[in-house]
Amino acid sequence: MSAHDENRIQHLLRQALPPVDAEPGPSRDLWPAMLRRMDSNAAPQQRSRWVWFDWALVAGLAVVAAAFPASIPLLLYYL
Amino acid sequence: MGNQSSGVLVATADHLVKFRQGDIDAFESLFRIHQVKVYGWILRIVRNPAAAEELTVESFWRIYQARARFDASRGFEPWARRIATNAALDWLRIRQPDCELTEELMPLRTALSADPGVIAEIRSKTAQAFGRLPPILRVAAILAVVEEQPHKEVAQALGISVTAVKLRVFRALRLLRKDLERQGITP
Repeated sequence: MSAHDENRIQHLLRQALPPVDAEPGPSRDLWPAMLRRMDSNAAPQQRSRWVWFDWALVAGLAVVAAAFPASIPLLLYYL
Repeated sequence: MGNQSSGVLVATADHLVKFRQGDIDAFESLFRIHQVKVYGWILRIVRNPAAAEELTVESFWRIYQARARFDASRGFEPWARRIATNAALDWLRIRQPDCELTEELMPLRTALSADPGVIAEIRSKTAQAFGRLPPILRVAAILAVVEEQPHKEVAQALGISVTAVKLRVFRALRLLRKDLERQGITP
């Protein structure tokens, strides 16, 4: 492709896709959307911590029930 | 918030240090200082205002996640621009249909930039052909040719050399020319 052809294509491209205004800005403040994004990504981590805690509690109760079978009625009473 | 100098928010070294440590207030300051520039950069690539807003938020989310890797000596803006370019490229890769691109570009066309000598159909076909180019070539061509950004800035944003930018622009123009010739348009 010659330099002349390249210039012609560039010219055509600029006419088909005119440049964006000098300093365009968003139509709204994006910080609230940013906070929502951060919250939505933080939420699953919090949920996973609770899942871990639940399993640890169940495991602890199972160990207690296995080691002290007499405590089973007491545990059932409190459930 | 950032320091205000003549009404313009300016990030201080303290902001950057606190941002690296995960301070939300410092991050908010940097967000407010740079959001317009990041949005403008993304809009130049994707040419869709709604998508540019979403991608600005996405870019800053990536920036926040990558804060530990931020090198203050290289400056926040070039780093943010690089992350924003990657986010915009990801968006372009997902959005393959070429005709959608043309429709989105329509509102951005201004009467001043339209040359009456060029038929609307040719412009439309050129835009469609451009939309069919690989995103990686499209970004280089749109930033360097259409938006006339310095090659050095484009290179930094894409994480490549200036020579590689020139090569991508050349390949984009050559592919565009071939596509137009197939449609019976000889530039």
